[in-house]
Amino acid sequence: MAAQEISLISSAPPRSSLIDRLHGLVVTVDHKKLGLMYIGTALLFLVVAGLMAMVMRWQLAIPNNHLVPPDVFNRLFTMHGTAMVFLVGMPILAGLGNYLVPLMIGARDMAFPRLNAFGYWMFLFGGLLLYFSYLGAPGLSGHGSAPDVGWFAYAPLTGRAFSRGHSTDYWILSLLLTGIGTTVSSINVIATAVSMRCRGMTLMRMPLFVWMMIVTNFMILLVMPALSVAQIMLLIDRYLGGRFFDTQAGGSALLWQHFFWIFGHPEVYILMIPGFACVSEIVPVFSRKPIFGYPVMVGATTMIGLISMGVWAHHMFSVGMTSTGNTFFAISTMLVAVPTGIKIFNWLGTMYGGKIHFEVPMIFCLGMLFQFLIAGLTGIMLAVVPFDWQLTDSYFVVAHFHYVLIGGLLFALFAGFYYWYPKAFGRMLNRKLGLWHFWLFTIGFHLTFDTMHIPGLLGMPRRIYTYDAGRGWETLNLITSLGALVQAAGILCLVINLLRSLKKGEVAGNDPWDAWTLEWATSSPPPEYNFETLPVVRSRRPLWDLKHPEDPDWKYEG
Amino acid sequence: MIRHSKREENSLNRAATPARTQAPVKRLRCRALLSFAALVFIVAGHVHPAFGNPAQVTNLLQPLSQPAQEIKELSMLVLTICATIFLIVAGLLVYAIVRFRHRPGDEASEPPQIYGSNQIETAWTVLPILIVFVLILVTSRTIADIQDRKAPPGAIHSTVVGHQWWWEIRYPELGIVTANELHVPASDGNRRQPTFLNLESADVAHSFWVPQLAGKTDLIPNRENRMWIEPTQPGTYLGNCAEYCGMQHARMLLRVIVQPPAEFEQWVKEQQQSAFEDASATEGRKIFFANSCVSCHAIRGTSAQGTFGPDLTHLMSRQTLASGAAPLSHDSLRAWVHDPQQLKVGCLMPNMQITDKEVDQIVTYLETLK
Repeated sequence: MAAQEISLISSAPPRSSLIDRLHGLVVTVDHKKLGLMYIGTALLFLVVAGLMAMVMRWQLAIPNNHLVPPDVFNRLFTMHGTAMVFLVGMPILAGLGNYLVPLMIGARDMAFPRLNAFGYWMFLFGGLLLYFSYLGAPGLSGHGSAPDVGWFAYAPLTGRAFSRGHSTDYWILSLLLTGIGTTVSSINVIATAVSMRCRGMTLMRMPLFVWMMIVTNFMILLVMPALSVAQIMLLIDRYLGGRFFDTQAGGSALLWQHFFWIFGHPEVYILMIPGFACVSEIVPVFSRKPIFGYPVMVGATTMIGLISMGVWAHHMFSVGMTSTGNTFFAISTMLVAVPTGIKIFNWLGTMYGGKIHFEVPMIFCLGMLFQFLIAGLTGIMLAVVPFDWQLTDSYFVVAHFHYVLIGGLLFALFAGFYYWYPKAFGRMLNRKLGLWHFWLFTIGFHLTFDTMHIPGLLGMPRRIYTYDAGRGWETLNLITSLGALVQAAGILCLVINLLRSLKKGEVAGNDPWDAWTLEWATSSPPPEYNFETLPVVRSRRPLWDLKHPEDPDWKYEG
Repeated sequence: MIRHSKREENSLNRAATPARTQAPVKRLRCRALLSFAALVFIVAGHVHPAFGNPAQVTNLLQPLSQPAQEIKELSMLVLTICATIFLIVAGLLVYAIVRFRHRPGDEASEPPQIYGSNQIETAWTVLPILIVFVLILVTSRTIADIQDRKAPPGAIHSTVVGHQWWWEIRYPELGIVTANELHVPASDGNRRQPTFLNLESADVAHSFWVPQLAGKTDLIPNRENRMWIEPTQPGTYLGNCAEYCGMQHARMLLRVIVQPPAEFEQWVKEQQQSAFEDASATEGRKIFFANSCVSCHAIRGTSAQGTFGPDLTHLMSRQTLASGAAPLSHDSLRAWVHDPQQLKVGCLMPNMQITDKEVDQIVTYLETLK
């Protein structure tokens, strides 16, 4: 690849003491620092929640295992799910949005820098509050511990009659806090992308990454209130004598499920779209072609956002809705497959006719494409209501959504880490370690999650702390657990790589990938003000225009 | 040096034309194959001899009753469609990756820059819509067929009530109350006798799932759900609670015992009788009634009328104890009466703190409840 250095400005990071730097992190309102703090904190939570999954896999590796008692196991899967969604997925997307959106649109910071810092600290302390439940929830009565009601917290299991002590309160309050953080961060990203684009960057010239960030953050604004409101209603039930979800006083258990999934299903797309965003930036650069069908990609993303608001009850096909209700949600769910398919085809179209460079970010993207394809197809199976009556709440579903969130999202995020790390730290991640990371993680992933589909088909329900021998689940669960170990080894390679390359990585230069969006026009790492002179763009690929003045994009874009 | 290729808008074909030797496409990604192989493995239905005890494997793709049979047929269609889509798209991906990989000998030039194609976009929008349309048609037909089925005359009606963590099973028309094991007659060509279940919950949400008989239906407090089964082969079918319901969700197992009609009638007659009185167990009986056992358990024909725990009238006619936590035997019954928390930690029956001798006497009494 022709690596061209385009240095518009140069800056050397000033040296300072550790205390100074920590103080700098606490008081900072810089979108880049906050973005990295979001991602760094999320990675810490990823390791903690991942280790919790390892304990669960150890417990399930053999039948009738006594490693952890049932109450501890139930807390483990509740905390694992809650942390992975709210303390890993959400902050990573906030972090990527924070770091990259201003750089990509040629702005000097976010629209509301102080609000940005506020959002981060709400997330951090919300997350710590959730984990503090292990110590704080027992309270004076000694009944509680960490939440044990599942990340979905179905009523009436969360009522005071069934959930004593304060564990459910910790679940509610910590998520309300992180919810506030997420909401302000969304407002900020949208405001930034809408009002702070550099001269010449019309909406249809924004990088797809920014488009997808706008869509995902709009979705957050629309659905986060559903969860927060339901949680406040639950608090009212628990402490002020409300009867919303108290079935013994005539409340409705189904009401909670509707509220939760009105939030919960769009949430899956909220998490997934930033993954699409990374892939949509990385695949073109390493195929050396512009994204295929840019306007269609924008439309497909928006359609996913819209349709995903109307599919929530596909999590509830077994609750006894009418056949008309079930059919409606089957139709809407299957329709989501159309714009999602369009995206896969457009990435394929981007690679078709290109010159594909197998750098680590691209390899992760290719893994994501295959895995997300499979995840989408098992999703179609789950949308077929009668099939779902069999599969829902079985290990097939667990395998399906881990395929989406690990095979799809996490692979895309890893691709993003390898791609933007040089920009953020000025040094490349090590390629050899990156390949070790990829292969170990991929092999482990497939050992675990390909295998995990089968116990579901053999009738193994979710959220059980143990099972008896003889039902055909033992060998499969053992393989699943072994795969988890291989994945952990892969993650270890990533952690070593991230830390080691800070000092020892190859110096990246401004534009190591010969890329085309504005973040590569400034130094690595970018100075606090991002751009010395604000750029002016005339096409979707301003750096292409700069590098190929005789053949610029703006001549061809309609 | 950078050389520019001529751009071709709205043309994918031109991008593919540069003459190159065709790379072998055989290097299919092993993970793609692996997943597909796993799928085929199941579809072929060869799973159970390899893993586990055939009598206990509940493969939902080997159904032995309606509506699981109908669901399986639909599932196979969907699996086939999905597998085909996977093969085509994954094949295209592999082809693009292999065919258009950057080669070391390549010049540093950029490939032709192509921005998109409306025709191609339209094609890959319309095609999935057609597939989705077909899927919706078959799905909605099966939904209506299974869900809106009316109970024929002669159908058995049973009410299943979910409790933390056991199943209360009632036959209101037959006057029977039992627990954890649902008995139903087998249907045959001459005499169709499906069982229709009313599903309710006494506390939190549960879900009734016996994979080889039917899909799951939840038991939700303040709500009455309905499902039906029509097994044709006698046997014992295993199932589980499939909705997380608290501490012992994993030990809320379920069995459905399908009997030939005559045998089922016999079972009904036995269950309709009041508890058997055996003079040899009067000591244990006395202790049972002197303790608070009676405030939770019912034994028909006696003063024990509790409804919080399982009905014990014909306890010994069941196969398992504590909702499948253990097979019913003298030893397990003794362990359970001695301290239920040992056998099923967290269950709502407390340790009654009675002496070993009293435990033996109570067990002797319980063992007369045939």
